[in-house]
Amino acid sequence: MTHRIRAIAFNMFREAVRDRILYNLVFFALLLVATAPLLGQISAGVQRVLLINLSLSAISIFGTVISIFLGISLVSKEIERRTLYPVLARPVGRGEFIAGKYLGLAGTLLTNTLAMAVGFYVTLWAVMRHVGRADANILIAIYFILLQFLVIIALSLFFSSFSSPVLSALFALCLFVAGNFAEDLRVFAHSVHGPQSWLALAASYIIPNLASLNVITRVAHDQSISAALVGYNTLYCVLYSVTTLCGAALIFSRRNLK
Amino acid sequence: MSRCSTMVVACLLSSCLIASFFVAAKVEAVSPTSSMEDVLFISSPEFAKRVSLGYSGLLADIYWMRVVQYFGNKHLKDSMQYKSLAPLLDITTTLDPNLVVAYEWGSTFLDQPPPAGAGDDAAAIDLIRKGIRNNPNNWYLYFTMGFIQYTGQHDYLAAARSFEGGSHVPNANPVLKRMAARMLTDAGSPETARSMWESIYEESDDQDLKKNAELHLACLVIDDEVPKLQQVVSEFQKRFGRMPDSWRELVSVGALRGIPLDPEGNPYILSSSGRVVVSNPKRFPFIHEGKPS
Amino acid sequence: MLAVEILGFEKTYTVGFWRKTKKIGLKSLHLEVNQGEVFGFLGPNGAGKTTTLKLLMGLVFPTAGTARILGRDWRDPWARSRIGFLPEQPYFYDYLTPFELLDYYGSLSGVSPADRRLRIPRLLERVGLADQGWVQLRKFSKGMLQRVGIAQAVLHDPDIVFLDEPMSGLDPIGRREMRDFIQALNKEGKTVFFSTHILSDAEALCHRVAVLSQGELRGTGVVAELVASSRGRMEVIWQGASLAEAAKRLGAECHTAGDTVRAVVDECRLEEILAIVRAQHARLISVNPAGGSLEEYFFQKLGRSSEPE
Repeated sequence: MTHRIRAIAFNMFREAVRDRILYNLVFFALLLVATAPLLGQISAGVQRVLLINLSLSAISIFGTVISIFLGISLVSKEIERRTLYPVLARPVGRGEFIAGKYLGLAGTLLTNTLAMAVGFYVTLWAVMRHVGRADANILIAIYFILLQFLVIIALSLFFSSFSSPVLSALFALCLFVAGNFAEDLRVFAHSVHGPQSWLALAASYIIPNLASLNVITRVAHDQSISAALVGYNTLYCVLYSVTTLCGAALIFSRRNLK
Repeated sequence: MSRCSTMVVACLLSSCLIASFFVAAKVEAVSPTSSMEDVLFISSPEFAKRVSLGYSGLLADIYWMRVVQYFGNKHLKDSMQYKSLAPLLDITTTLDPNLVVAYEWGSTFLDQPPPAGAGDDAAAIDLIRKGIRNNPNNWYLYFTMGFIQYTGQHDYLAAARSFEGGSHVPNANPVLKRMAARMLTDAGSPETARSMWESIYEESDDQDLKKNAELHLACLVIDDEVPKLQQVVSEFQKRFGRMPDSWRELVSVGALRGIPLDPEGNPYILSSSGRVVVSNPKRFPFIHEGKPS
Repeated sequence: MLAVEILGFEKTYTVGFWRKTKKIGLKSLHLEVNQGEVFGFLGPNGAGKTTTLKLLMGLVFPTAGTARILGRDWRDPWARSRIGFLPEQPYFYDYLTPFELLDYYGSLSGVSPADRRLRIPRLLERVGLADQGWVQLRKFSKGMLQRVGIAQAVLHDPDIVFLDEPMSGLDPIGRREMRDFIQALNKEGKTVFFSTHILSDAEALCHRVAVLSQGELRGTGVVAELVASSRGRMEVIWQGASLAEAAKRLGAECHTAGDTVRAVVDECRLEEILAIVRAQHARLISVNPAGGSLEEYFFQKLGRSSEPE
C-alpha cells in the first residue's frame, strides 16, 4: 500500500513542478527585491520588523493560494479529464489515492516554503548584516505556516472529492477566512445563551483554528513562543487534517465516476 | 499574424500604454483631493484588525509607513494641521500593539506644537499610555511619557511619577531614576531639559526622533545664548548711551570675541532696536528667545 | 473457472436536481466469459457497453448485482491486479512521457522496478512508440494515445484485458495493427473482452459475442455457429456483363456497373455460377461471403430487419 501512495504522491509533485507552480518563487524573490527601497525610508529598528512581517506574510499568502488552487482540482480535475480511469482500474484503493494526492501536494508546498525561507534568511542577512539566535525563532513561525498549509490542503482535497473546482475554491477560501476568527467565534459562543450558543460553539470547533497558527507579528517582535503551543498546534493540525482526509476518502470511495 | 500587422499592434500597444500614464496623472490632478477617510482607508482600528486576518503585523507596518509619509508631506508644506495623525497612529498601534517605535515617535510628534507636530498633548498622552499598557516592560515608553508630561504639559509631578514607575522595570536605564529626582528638584532649569534631550538622542534608534532631539538641543543652546548676547547689548547701551550698530562694533570694543553664530553657523541678527534675533527662526521652532517680534 | 461472470448487474441513474427522474443504464445483466477466448460486446451507441465496463472496473457502483473475475469478487484487489483496461478515448497525464506514464502505472499495478525497466522499452517497441518514449503525451495524436493505452493495459501481464472501443480513432493501419495485437494477446493465452459497434472486427476476432441494446442483453452466441447458421450467401464479382442474364436465371441477384457484374447467390449454387464464368473465359475478380452474417444476427437481436444490400 505505501509504495502506491508514494508513487501517487511523487506523481502529484511532478505534476506541480511541470505545471510551473514553482515559478511563484520568482515573484517572491521580486517582492523581496522590490521592498529594498522602502526599507530605506524607515528607521533601522522597524526594518527588521517590516522584513519579517512582509516575508512571512507573503510566504503564508502565496502558499495558501497555491494550496487552494492546486488542492481544489486534485480530484475533480482527474474525474473531469478521466485520467482517473486507468489509475482506479488498477488495484489502487480510493483512500490510497486521496492519501497520495495529499502527501504529494503537501510535499510540493514544503519544498516551496523551504525555498522561500532560504530566500528570506538571505535577505535578512543582506539587510541586517547579522543573523543571530533571535532569528532562529522565526523558524517556528514558518513551521506554523506549514501546519496551516496542511490543514488547507486537506480541506481543499475534501471539497474537491465531491464538488466542482469553483465551489471548492469558494468553500476553502471561506473556511480559511473563518478559521482566522475561530477564537472570536468561541468567545462569542460563551457570551450568548440559547441555541445560538450551541451553534456558534459547534461552528467554532468545526472551523479550523488558524488564528493560533499566526505568530508572525510575535516573532517579528522577538517574543517567545511556548513549546506547549508548538506541541498542541502540531497535534491539532494533524488531527484536523486526518479527520478531513478520512472524510474525503469516505466520500470519494462512494463516488460514481462519470 | 504577419510581421507587418504584429508591428502595428505592438506600436499601438506601447503608445496607448504610455499615453494612458500621462492621462492617469491628469485624472489624478483634477480629481478632488482625498478626504480624511481616504487617508485612513478604514476608519475603525478594530475593523482593520479583523479584516487583516492574521496579517495585522504587516498591515501595521504599512500603516506606519503611511504615518511617516503623511507627516513628512504635511511638514514639508509647513502645515499647521495634522488631523489624521492621531487616528492613523491609533490604527497602527491597534494592528500591532507591540510596534514600540510608533508610540515613541507618535506621541513625540503629536505633542509638539505645530508646525513641528500636531500640538495635541491629550492624544499624545493617550497614545503613550496605550503603549505602556501593551508593552509594560519597555522602560523607554515610561521615559517618553514622563518627557511629554514635562515638556508638553509642564506637569512635573506627573513626570516624576512616570520616570519613577519606569525605573522599576527590569533592565531600566538609570537615567530614569536621575530624571525622577530632577523633576522634583530642578524641573524648570534648562539643564534638566538639556539632559532630557540628550538622553533621547542617545537612546532613540529612530532617525526622526534623533533629529528632533538634536533640534531641541540646538534650540536650548539658542535660548541660552540669546539672553547672554542681549545682556552684552544692553551693557553696551549703558556704556555708550546707544544701541550698537553691528556685531563688529561690539567686537571692536572687546565685548565679544567674534561674530556670534547660531548652532547652524549663521550669524545672529542685531536689529536696529537692539534685539538679538535668529536669522532663520523657521529652522528653530522651539526657541523662546531670539524670535522676531 | 470462468474469466468473468456478471451476475445481475444493474445500474440506475437519478437525473436532475429538483425533480429526480430515474434513468436506466443497465437492466439486470447476466453474462459469462470463458478463459482464453476473445469476447465481443456489441451494441449501438448508448446501449450500456461502457457502463458495464465501468462497473467491472469499479469506477461506478452497481445499484444491484455482483460479478466475479477469475472466481473472486470483482472488487477484490487481487482480481484488479489480474486485469488490464483500455478506456474509450483514453486521457493520460499530458505532462508525462510514455516512459514515465508506464513506469507510474506499472508501480501502481505492483510491477517491480526491475521488471518495469525491462518491459517498458519492449512494450513501447511492440506498440510502435519506441522513438517517442520521451516525448510528452500532450504532443501525441489520438492514434498514438491509443497505442499508449493498449501498452498500459498489458504492462503488468494481466490474464484478462478489457478494451472499450479499441478501434475508435484509429486509421486503417492502426486498426489492422490493433487487430493483430488482440490476436497476439489471445495467442499468449489472455482473455480479451472488447466492446465495439464495428461488426466486421467482431466477426474477424471474436470467439463469442453478446449483443446489448438499451441496457438489455439481447443475445449471446458463438461466432462460428452464427456465421454458419446464417443464410450463407456468396458474392461473386467478374468482368463480363453478358453473363448477368445467365446468372440471374440461376437465382442470383445481379448488379452491373460497366462491364463488372456483382452477383449474390446462395452458396449451393456457387459452383454453377463459377462454371458459367469459367466457360465463358470471363475474368473472375473475387468470391466472398456476401455481407456480414454477424450483421444479420446483430440486427435480428436488435429487433430490426436487416438492411437491404
